[in-house]
Amino acid sequence: MPLPDASLHPDETPAAAGMSRRSFLRTSAVLTTGLAALASSLRPLLELDDYTTVQRFMQKYYKEMTPADMAKVLKRIEDEVQKQYGIRPHVRDLKPMDGVQFVYCLNLTRCIGCRKCVHACVAENNQSRNPEIQYIRVLRMPHGSLDLDKADHDYAPPTVPEKGYFYMPVQCQQCKNPPCVKVCPVHATWQETDGITVIDYDWCIGCRYCEAACPYWARRFNFTKPEIPKDRLNPEMAYLGNRPRRQGVMEKCHFCIQRSRAGRMPACHDVCPAGARKFGNVLDPNSEVSYILRNKRVFIQLKEELGTSPRFFYYFDV
Amino acid sequence: MIRATRNYLVFLRRCFAIAFVGDWRYYLWMGALTVLVLLGLNAYAKQLVHGLIVTGMSDQVSWGVYIANFTFLVGVAAAAVMMVIPVYIYDNEELHDLVIFGELLAVAAILMCLAFVTVDLGRPDRFWHLIPGLGVLNFPASMLSWDVIVLNGYLLLNLHICGYLLYCRYQDKKPAKWFYIPFVFVAIVWAVSIHTVTAFLYVGLGGRPFWNSSIVGPRFLASAFTAGPALIILALQIIRRITEYHITNKALLTLRAIVQVSMLINVFLLACEVFKEFYSGDLQVASTRYLYLGFHGYHALVPWIWTAIVFNLTAMFLLVLPLSRSLRWLNLTCVLCIVGIWIEKGMGLVIPGFIPTPLGQIVEYRPSLNETLVCIGIWAFGLLCYTVFLRMAVPIMQGRLARANEDLPAGELGPVAQAASQHS
Repeated sequence: MPLPDASLHPDETPAAAGMSRRSFLRTSAVLTTGLAALASSLRPLLELDDYTTVQRFMQKYYKEMTPADMAKVLKRIEDEVQKQYGIRPHVRDLKPMDGVQFVYCLNLTRCIGCRKCVHACVAENNQSRNPEIQYIRVLRMPHGSLDLDKADHDYAPPTVPEKGYFYMPVQCQQCKNPPCVKVCPVHATWQETDGITVIDYDWCIGCRYCEAACPYWARRFNFTKPEIPKDRLNPEMAYLGNRPRRQGVMEKCHFCIQRSRAGRMPACHDVCPAGARKFGNVLDPNSEVSYILRNKRVFIQLKEELGTSPRFFYYFDV
Repeated sequence: MIRATRNYLVFLRRCFAIAFVGDWRYYLWMGALTVLVLLGLNAYAKQLVHGLIVTGMSDQVSWGVYIANFTFLVGVAAAAVMMVIPVYIYDNEELHDLVIFGELLAVAAILMCLAFVTVDLGRPDRFWHLIPGLGVLNFPASMLSWDVIVLNGYLLLNLHICGYLLYCRYQDKKPAKWFYIPFVFVAIVWAVSIHTVTAFLYVGLGGRPFWNSSIVGPRFLASAFTAGPALIILALQIIRRITEYHITNKALLTLRAIVQVSMLINVFLLACEVFKEFYSGDLQVASTRYLYLGFHGYHALVPWIWTAIVFNLTAMFLLVLPLSRSLRWLNLTCVLCIVGIWIEKGMGLVIPGFIPTPLGQIVEYRPSLNETLVCIGIWAFGLLCYTVFLRMAVPIMQGRLARANEDLPAGELGPVAQAASQHS
């Protein structure tokens, strides 16, 4: 830190030449110290490998990309994944199908709380294993109440189901009127025509406003670089779906877009041992979900009073 | 034209140069602030590498001290209007030559706000996605896009007003009214808008009952107009002591009157909110209970909020008593106001919104050391900016840094400077 010396006093006007050398020396000393301090304070940045590249930095918004742009980006993503995980993935940009609107129905009478859906989801969607990110949270609720304040998130009995409880898995409700989409300052998350709310992971700035806005606690943030073991990577990927995410962006359930838009059921649906999960196209009158919504006496849209209008319906066998 | 440009460049150069000149107290203060800024920068560099995992935030509590400080500082920035209104609308003589210090404080506060939002971003490298034209700003749907616009607009308005008035004073010219008065009036409305929009950021979230209440906006303004002028009262006294700038006690007492009324309104609105939350006894009060009483055995914020309430109430009583007409008591009161509102409008507002989560889970939040260092760094950066602004503005306002003495080197500023340095 520079200490003042005599030359600072205005009443001692310096004899130009001699003093200017002194002041030059002083200035350079201060500058050197300052720059050295600045450099050492920024030292941690040396560890910043693979943070961003010119192509990544310049990448356009999903909806503004031409097919040619997208082809380039998909190839780049495949290269990057191959470099990092040693596996060549197959990344597609799957578009919504005409005449399709997906809904999910979940039978609360049948769910046994085994959490198989949680783990199938993690495996399918390439979520980070460390720190662990899960899209589905199964709540254990005491009989008779839907009061979420009574939910137990960490139940761990030796066997399920338990007497006196029912189980309610909660994931993105794919709202018709999604608060997360409304609040996103850069439109990085939006609703597609098939009802799925998606995220452009390469456009998200990581402000987490959507996470604050979601009434279902369905969104997850990559607080650090996600870690997926190489042998666990699912190479069948979609741009708006399960391709690996990066540090500092949001993610969430997307009804397994890489499966559902290719005519398959979501992973959580297929793994459920109790048959509690039903998924399909609500616009198709012959689909199972249409049947359920037509014929079940009661179904619940979680927090219906908020006007979010979820595409996720809980129902009971009466 | 060329002459005018040259003059302006000389003005900028001299302003820049004078920021590096001062007595030993100035160097000590600036040196200390620089060290803190560098510490903060170091902590931020670590955060950039490892991600926001180095903070205390989680998916459950996804905003923390960064956004808390941001919210408080938007209030400080907005509060400059409490000096502007008396001067430009009620022609207050005492505050006339002081209003610029309030506006400069607003500039410094906005710079800190922008810094706090930036460090909160997961991908700061993508900030350009927010720039209209380059990126995709979700306007008008997202309240955050409104905030981007109003904060940057407020920054530009104040920079223009301060810059223009100072440059006129430097040239010893009378400022052209049409070139700044309209901006002053726009800035008055704008100041209210920045804090209202920031309140709406929270109010607009239907899934968070703690914030989803129409009283949040009015409370934001009341608390801002308490803490902001309180901060200005302290700043003005420091300016007076160090620079011998002419600041009357009457001016300080005018500001006291503003703090007084604002604090009364603030406490009243607080009472309204607490009554509504607790008396009706519905199930949505979990967050409020967590804040004031603790919930299911979790009570990290309880000591904080009660400290804030005691501070606010004490300050309110001191403010209505004639006692606080003495500067010593007034200063104590101001400190109580600032700290009380910093807690209440910072952590006390942001954190309970996340506890319990919308699915009823309770995860508490405590800022990490790294996060705290980043905050300290930004506060130091803000103080550094404000000090530099004052270092430039005070001699200009005193007429010591002027066009007339253009040929003098930076350290020498005419007769008043001599007197001042002999005095110290």
